[in-house]
Formats: sequence, C-alpha cells, structure tokens
Amino acid sequence: MSDRDPYAYDSKIEGNIIFTQLDTAINWMRSNSLWPMPMGLACCAIELMAAGAARFDIARFGAEVMRFSPRQADVMIVAGTVTYKMALAVKRIYDQMADPKWVIAMGACASSGGMYRSYAVLQGIDHLIPVDVYVSGCPPRPEALLDGLMRLQKKIMGEHSFLEQKKELLASI
Amino acid sequence: MKLSDVADALASRFEAGVSGRVEFRGETTLWLQPEVLRPVCEFCRDELGFNFLLDISSIDNFEHEPRYEVVYELYSLGSGLHLRLKTTATEDEPEVPTVCDLWPTANWHEREVWDMMGIRFARHPDLRRIIMWDGYPYHPLRKDFPLEGKFSDVPDVAFTEPAPLAGGPFVTTPVEGTTEVREPRARRAGDLPPEQTFIAEP
Repeated sequence: MSDRDPYAYDSKIEGNIIFTQLDTAINWMRSNSLWPMPMGLACCAIELMAAGAARFDIARFGAEVMRFSPRQADVMIVAGTVTYKMALAVKRIYDQMADPKWVIAMGACASSGGMYRSYAVLQGIDHLIPVDVYVSGCPPRPEALLDGLMRLQKKIMGEHSFLEQKKELLASI
Repeated sequence: MKLSDVADALASRFEAGVSGRVEFRGETTLWLQPEVLRPVCEFCRDELGFNFLLDISSIDNFEHEPRYEVVYELYSLGSGLHLRLKTTATEDEPEVPTVCDLWPTANWHEREVWDMMGIRFARHPDLRRIIMWDGYPYHPLRKDFPLEGKFSDVPDVAFTEPAPLAGGPFVTTPVEGTTEVREPRARRAGDLPPEQTFIAEP
C-alpha cells in the first residue's frame, strides 16, 4: 500500500456508503413514508380519495398507505368540516396516534371553519390539535393536497428528530 | 278523488277542528286545532289513503302567539295527492301529540323538530335529540338563538363556542359578476351588494 491511497474504502463497497447526519437520515426515512390517517369528514375527503387514486397518485410521494388505525399512522389529514359533535372524536384519534405525528388541515373548513360561521362547526381544527400544514381551497384540488404533503416533507426534513426523540435520555446523561 | 274533495271531506267531518284552508298554486294546506290533529291524521291515513308521511317541519313565529307551527306533509302513493296539515303550539307549552304510531317514519322527524326547535311530542316513544348531542342545552333553530351559537360544554362529549361573525352573517347575494362580487361576505339585511369591479387578468 503506497502513501497515495492510504485510507481508501474497501473497494467492494465503495460507492454504497453515504456520510450524513443522523437527523437527516431519520428525517429522510420519515418524510418519504408518511402513512396518512384519512380523517374524511366532508367533500374534501372525495378529493383526498382522488389524490390517492391513479390519476394523482399520492404514492409518488410515499404517502399511499392510508391507515384507518391511528396507531399505525404518521400524519392525520383532516379533510372536511369539523362539527362540534365530531371535534372531540378527532382529537381522541389524534391522541391515539404514536409520535412522531403531524397534521394537515385540508380545505377551508378544517383550517378555519370555512363558510360555516355557525353554532355547529368548530372554527378550525387548530383550536384542538396542532396543525403543521394548511391547504386552502373549497375543496382543494388533489394537486393542492400533494403540494401540502410536499411542504410537510420539507418541514420534516428540517426537524431535529434525534434530539426531540431522545430528550429524556440526553437530559439524564 | 281530487285534493279539493279531500279537503271538503276533512272539513265536513271535523268541522271546527279544521280552522283554516289555504289553496296556493295547486297545493292545499289545512290548519288544524291541536286536539284534532291525531284524529285527522288517522282519518287521512285509513280512509283517505295518505299512506306516506313525507316530512314534518316546524316554524318559529317569534314574538307572535301561537309561536310555533308544526307542518305535516302527507302523500298518497295510491292517488298521488299531496296534502299539507298545519297545527300550532304555544310558547309556554310547546307540545303537540305524536303521530309515530300512525307513520313510523314520524319518529325521527319528530326527534329532529324537538332537537332543533324544542317542540315536544306527547307520548313519543323515544324523544331524544337526534342531531345535537344529549346534554346540549339549546334548540338552535329558534329565532331567539343567535346564529353564531353560544357557549356550552358537556365534558368528554362535545363543547361549543360562539363563531366570530365579523359584523354580520356571511351571505351570498343573487348578483352577477366576478367571484369577488358573488362570494359570501358579512352583510346585514338591507346592505347593498358591493359594486362590481373589474379585475384585470394577472
């Protein structure tokens, strides 16, 4: 071995190793396999279904695995009008989701109550649970939802996942 | 059998019980005293062939007495006739007899009227709220209930808060124009629609 190539990789695996940060690796894995919890409450859910179907194909962004069990879901897509009658059920389902979890408020109603300024409708799901991405529209087109999903992916890429997840461990050291 | 024959038959049989009769564009409405509501309904179903109850609805004549009206839409599948019956209920005792035993479909219609308008139905087998949740303290379609709602809280079931109305109810007006003109805005009764403005294409 000469001095010129002192610390070369093992040539058999060279090219298959990537140096990165732990956060980046975790975030990359999380953001590209977001399993949605489809909280379909009104007509936005129809657009959500269209986003999942062949023409728009949410699978292109790794979010095709709709989980009707909150235990298995990463992102809740609140698609539709949240009535007060439904509000605590939505919160309960959100509470049942395992961390890390995110929320997309899809459409005007889930974001702000929309056209329902009335006694029966919660004026935005962010009164109850934290929302990461708001998607405007009434209802939003599937492209808008996909854009929201991509923005959520960008947001996840900027998170300090390791520090967040191991907060207790790091504090004990 | 024609609709006028039906109305005549009811008027001659129940006399003073049928307190009014309105004909408008081929539709006949009979006003009934609350006491004869059940006998009239029974007669309509058994003798006149009105075997289908289309709907029960209610009206709040706020600040007038009797305050409430209950409206029954009867239909005869045999003859294709449509008859409307109306009866009244007072503000102090908003109660009318049930017709659940005559038309089972009345069960849920009457529950809806109770839920939204607060009119009780005597001898209804299961008079619970149907749209709002048990424990909600108001009847939201009454005229003295504000559009934005009121505070309420039933722990672990549901809560409500008044909605921000920003100066008026959000209403659309039947005008032509761009989306900016047509879209719902906070408007009060008598407000003029905003002037139509030209929006240049970007």
